[in-house]
Amino acid sequence: MKHLLSIDDLDVESLTELLDLSEQFVAVNQRDIPKVPALRGKVVASLFYEDSTRTRLSFETAAKRLSCDVMTFSVAQSSVKKGESLRDTVQTIAAMGIDAIVVRHPAAGAPHRIVDWIDASVINAGDGRHAHPTQALLDVLTLRRHRELNGLRVAIVGDVRHSRVARSNVQALHMLGAQVTLVAPPTLLPESLEGWPVQVSFELDDVISEVDVVMLLRMQFERQQEALFPTVREYTARYGLTEVRAERLKPDALVMHPGPMNRGVEVAAAVADGPASLVTEQVANGVAVRMAVLYSLLGSGASVA
Amino acid sequence: MSVLDAGDLRRAQTRIAHEIVERNRGADDVVLVGLYTRGLALARRLADAIAEFEGRDVPVGALDVSFYRDDIGLRSVTPTGPTEVPVDITGRVVVLVDDVLYTGRTVRAAMDALTELGRPRAIQLAVLVDRGHRELPIRPDFVGKNLPTRVGEDVRVRLAEVDGGTDCVELRDAPDEPDEEASA
Repeated sequence: MKHLLSIDDLDVESLTELLDLSEQFVAVNQRDIPKVPALRGKVVASLFYEDSTRTRLSFETAAKRLSCDVMTFSVAQSSVKKGESLRDTVQTIAAMGIDAIVVRHPAAGAPHRIVDWIDASVINAGDGRHAHPTQALLDVLTLRRHRELNGLRVAIVGDVRHSRVARSNVQALHMLGAQVTLVAPPTLLPESLEGWPVQVSFELDDVISEVDVVMLLRMQFERQQEALFPTVREYTARYGLTEVRAERLKPDALVMHPGPMNRGVEVAAAVADGPASLVTEQVANGVAVRMAVLYSLLGSGASVA
Repeated sequence: MSVLDAGDLRRAQTRIAHEIVERNRGADDVVLVGLYTRGLALARRLADAIAEFEGRDVPVGALDVSFYRDDIGLRSVTPTGPTEVPVDITGRVVVLVDDVLYTGRTVRAAMDALTELGRPRAIQLAVLVDRGHRELPIRPDFVGKNLPTRVGEDVRVRLAEVDGGTDCVELRDAPDEPDEEASA
C-alpha cells in the first residue's frame, strides 16, 4: 500500500494488521524514550488547508517519534494567499524532496488528485465531508482495546451529514463486525444512505439504553449554510448526551468524541470528563495509529500489503 | 540435513548457562534478553537452567528490534511482539540471546534498542548457532555451535515450545531466502 486515502483502501486483514502494528507503537509511546529510528531520513510534509489542532499535532508527533523530518506547511502564511493553486503548491513541496504528504483539504477528493501529481505517499487527514481514515483507525483501535468489536452496538450521534469522521467510522466498524446506528435529525443525515451498512434512528432516547458505545460527532457549524435545526438548545435537548440522558446508558457503556468538543451542545462537560469517556485515550492512540500508518507506507509495506 | 539433535541442543544450552554464570561470577547482575521468537524461548531455557544449578532467578526480557533495523524500506519488516524487559537494565549485565548469528545486523539493531531502555554495564551475546558471514564487527561471547555455511544455505532452528515436535537444528538449501536470519 502506498497511500491511505480512505478506509476503502483496506480490507479486514490489512485493517487488523494496521491495528496490531499500532499496538506496538502504543507500547513504544509508553517508554521513557518514546522514539525509534525506524524512518530515519524520511521526510513528511503536512499540508493543512483547514484548521486543526489534534490531527496535525498528532501526525507531526507520530512522524518525529519515527525519526522522520517534518516539513510543516502553514496555508495561512503561504503563497496560497497569493492565489497559488493546490497543484502548484503540492508540486513545489514535492520538489524539495518528500516521502509522504499529509493533507487536509475542504474539498472532498483533493488527496486523490494529489496522488496523480506527485510520487510521494499521500495520507488523507480529512477531505471535506468525505473521509478521515486515521480518525476511524484510532477510534476502532481505542474501542478494540476495551471491547470485542464483533457484535458491538455503536451509536454515532449528531451531524452525520457533514461528518467525514462518521463516514470513515461506519466503514471501519462495519468491517470489524460492529453494528452501527446513526442517530440524528433527518436534516443532519446525508441525502442518501444507500449502501451504508447502518440502522437509523431519529431519537437518541430510543437507543440510548441499548447501545454499548456512543460516538458523538461535533456539530460542524462551519459547514452548515442553512438552518438545519431550530436552535442549539433544542438540538441538545433531543440529541445531546446530557447528564440526565447519560444515566440511562448501560453501566459499562463507553463514550467517544473525535474532538474538538462543543461542550454543552453534543455532550455535557461532566459526561465528557466522566469515567465512561475515552476522549483523552482517543488522542493518545491517535499518535500510535499514525505511526503505524507512516511506518506501513514508508517502511515498504511492512505491515499492509 | 540435521546438524544438531535434541540432545546436542540440551547440552549446548547447559554449557552456555554455566559459561554465563562463570564469566559473570554468579548471576546476580545478569539479565537475559531474548530476541523474538526463538531467542526469547532460548533465554527462558537458560534462565531455567541457571535457576536449577545456581539457585538464582535471572530476569528474562523480550526484545523486538524491527524499528531499529537498517533494512527498513528495503524489505518488509514487521514486529513480532512487544519489547518487555521487566527490570531496569542500567548498571547490569545484559546477555542478548538469539538462535542464529549471521550477518550481525540483528544484533546491531538489538544493541540500539537496548540502549534506549537504559545503560547496561556490559552487553554480552549468546547464540545457539554461529553460521559465519558477518557484515559487522560483532563477535558472540557464548556459542552453542560454530557451523560453517554457504550464503545460500538456510539454518533453521526448531524449538519444541515454538515450533512443536522435538528440538533440532537443520541446514538446508534455500536460495530464495538468503536473509532468513533476519526474520527468525
